[in-house]
Amino acid sequence: MDDAILELRDVTKIYPGVRAMDRVSLSFRRGEVHAIVGENGAGKSTLIKTLTGAIQPSSGAVVLDGVEHAHFTPGEAMRLGVGVIYQEFNLIPFLSVAQNIFYGREPMKGLFINAPEMNKRTGELCRRMDIDLNPRARVKDLGVAHQQIVEILKAVSQNARILIMDEPTAPLTHGEIESLFRIVRNLKESGVTVIYISHRLEEIFEICDRVTVMRDGQYVSTQNTADTDMPALIAAMVGRELGADYPKTPVAPGEVVLSVRGLTTDVVNGVSFDLRRGEILGLGGLVGAGRTETARAIFGADQLKSGEVLVRGSRVAIATPRDAIARGIGLITEDRKSQGLVLGMRVDENISYTVLDRHSTFGFLHPAELVRVCGELVEELRIKITSLGQKVNTLSGGNQQKVALAKWLARDCDIIIFDEPTRGIDVGAKREIYQLMQKLAEAGKGLIMISSEMPELIGMSDRIIVMCEGRVTGELTRNDFTQDRILTYASMRKQRSA
Amino acid sequence: MGAGGKKGSVNFADYMILIVLAALILFFGFYIEAFRSSVNLINILRQVSIVGIAAVGGTLVMLTGGIDLSAGAVIGMSGMLLARLLKAYPDAPDAAFPANAALVCVLVLVVCVLIGFLNAFFINQFKIPPLITTLGAMTALRGGVYLAADRGLPIFGFTFKRLGQGTVGPIPIPVIIMIVVFTAGWIFLNTTRFGRYVYGVGGNEEASRLSGINVKGIRYMVYSLAGLMSGLAGLVLVSRIHSAQPRAGTGYEMDIITAVVLGGVSITGGEGRISFVVVGVLIMGVLTNGLILINVNEYWQQVIKGLVLIAAVGFDRYIQYRRSLAAQQE
Repeated sequence: MDDAILELRDVTKIYPGVRAMDRVSLSFRRGEVHAIVGENGAGKSTLIKTLTGAIQPSSGAVVLDGVEHAHFTPGEAMRLGVGVIYQEFNLIPFLSVAQNIFYGREPMKGLFINAPEMNKRTGELCRRMDIDLNPRARVKDLGVAHQQIVEILKAVSQNARILIMDEPTAPLTHGEIESLFRIVRNLKESGVTVIYISHRLEEIFEICDRVTVMRDGQYVSTQNTADTDMPALIAAMVGRELGADYPKTPVAPGEVVLSVRGLTTDVVNGVSFDLRRGEILGLGGLVGAGRTETARAIFGADQLKSGEVLVRGSRVAIATPRDAIARGIGLITEDRKSQGLVLGMRVDENISYTVLDRHSTFGFLHPAELVRVCGELVEELRIKITSLGQKVNTLSGGNQQKVALAKWLARDCDIIIFDEPTRGIDVGAKREIYQLMQKLAEAGKGLIMISSEMPELIGMSDRIIVMCEGRVTGELTRNDFTQDRILTYASMRKQRSA
Repeated sequence: MGAGGKKGSVNFADYMILIVLAALILFFGFYIEAFRSSVNLINILRQVSIVGIAAVGGTLVMLTGGIDLSAGAVIGMSGMLLARLLKAYPDAPDAAFPANAALVCVLVLVVCVLIGFLNAFFINQFKIPPLITTLGAMTALRGGVYLAADRGLPIFGFTFKRLGQGTVGPIPIPVIIMIVVFTAGWIFLNTTRFGRYVYGVGGNEEASRLSGINVKGIRYMVYSLAGLMSGLAGLVLVSRIHSAQPRAGTGYEMDIITAVVLGGVSITGGEGRISFVVVGVLIMGVLTNGLILINVNEYWQQVIKGLVLIAAVGFDRYIQYRRSLAAQQE
């Protein structure tokens, strides 16, 4: 392909226990908007990191303008015109729009920054891109959408020829998405290649020329968006019959173990539901729909504004995670490294962290008991370790996740909330986690599973509640599960006046 | 293997601190005859005992990721408060048991615990960083000490000497107190669940909170204990010099932090062993003693101590950098 500007050749990236990218070859053309889609764990973020030089592939190469770069570094990527708009912006809030755009490359007049020149050039840039933005405005006073535009302008002013956008519409309202698309089309016309990562498939058909599907770290296909449709894309992403290979047999639901009534926080708005023993309740929705926040509110990790939580039929006041744990609620957090584990501590110290009060007298620990409890759980969950004294930061993602889980099994919680339980772990460990969830359900526990992986959600849940913008927008029982229905509920935004 | 390399570097770091101590002892011992005498070696232990006692509290605080700059001021305040109270309520010269003195000691320690508790209160409730909170406490307390007496105040009544000057056999009582406090610290950190929580809070505060650990409670505990240890150190100091000086303990917080960091306690918390803090304390003591014996003046001693601190922290950071690099490679 002679108009290819950027290519990946046979790129493989191996993390311990996970093949994040497996012999991926793929090329991007000059001036196209090219979507990358795939489930979580498909290898999209690894792909982005490779293209920006943030990580070095284990093998294979990045080819830019026909030149092969075996060691593609962030500096090189920037110099050669690869820009990225991450979900988290890299802006300095107290500086102006112009100061941010020219940060580190300010036009100078002698020893001093030539501010008028800087503002003038920013103004020109805005006009060229057809954007209405005051160069002197402070970034902290701008809304998310405008901050994102500043990021885009910054990349454009650095002569970015390839612009990677990671879930750019996630924080935007409908109106804002329209103006973003306008900017993307402008970029495309001026010959910039846009690599567009999004979970929202309908956007891809609206804005992208071609779409590449990835699955389990492997390249699946690249097609013109005009030649495909949504069901075909989903089928390619999922690559298997939904729900077929999940170790799920419905358990006859028992008594209601957890009831949530009108739960409201800064993000969550009037969420109500019941959870029964033996049930796996799925929480579906897009990233940012308020599912994690719902879990955190139940668990006492975030402040409640209103609403109540009933455990085994009686109303309980849960102000802190301590209270929740005392009522038999456990939370396996979405981000195990920053919230779930103390990475510098040993395996046994992490597993027993929630039950030290039960295995001590006047504060003095009973080491033999702790070894027994931890040893049993390591065996039960088949956690692969060299010894109980191994530090958890030396374990693979799957084994770390099992340790995070073991903490709550040690506590023998009645209600366990799994937030993205299989994120970033390999297929084998995923399956073990599913089997474990099934076992817990059979043992009469009530489970809540938050997942952005559609097949997993459909495969493992007895019932799915779908959320959008902090509200429950729909509920589905197992017979009604389809990806389409969930996606429809997940994008049922409230009408906005803007 | 990444795991093997990581383990190796940890051992290397541990090893280093012992090597430094051994090297210092050999160096001074080889060149200075006076250094080798058993009297001098016991003297070193006595000299480090004040900082050593307070360093146990400093270790607890720093393991949670905090810092206590008020330690030196608490040491000064503890002695001054004791002197003022004993002046006001002296024991009868012929009393069989110095009941007032004993009561005053307990009272002083309670006040010191309260100061530590207050530090934690401001850190917990108003989210003021520990550095700022304890800096404020340090400044305010030192001012208070000068207000109480702007020159040395002798100890009245009961001769309050034994605590700082007495010995059991050849071993000075302050050294025994230091050993007891270090042992208690070791037991607390290694055999109780609260010790585990101290490490956990320093290692990952949010994960600890989400595991149901009372993070604020742990902070109240470690700062209160740090106040207690500093107060105890202050009592030993005032007893040794047998008068309360308003300057007493000035700058000790820095010696404490240096010793703790030398002992390998990570400045971000969560890692480090109290047994190595003993080594850190000894390094400081041996260094000071040796430098005095070879007639290095006091200002040069400060220069050297400062450089030692930077070298220790630099080494700690370097190890962590290497570790994060290794983690990224995986």
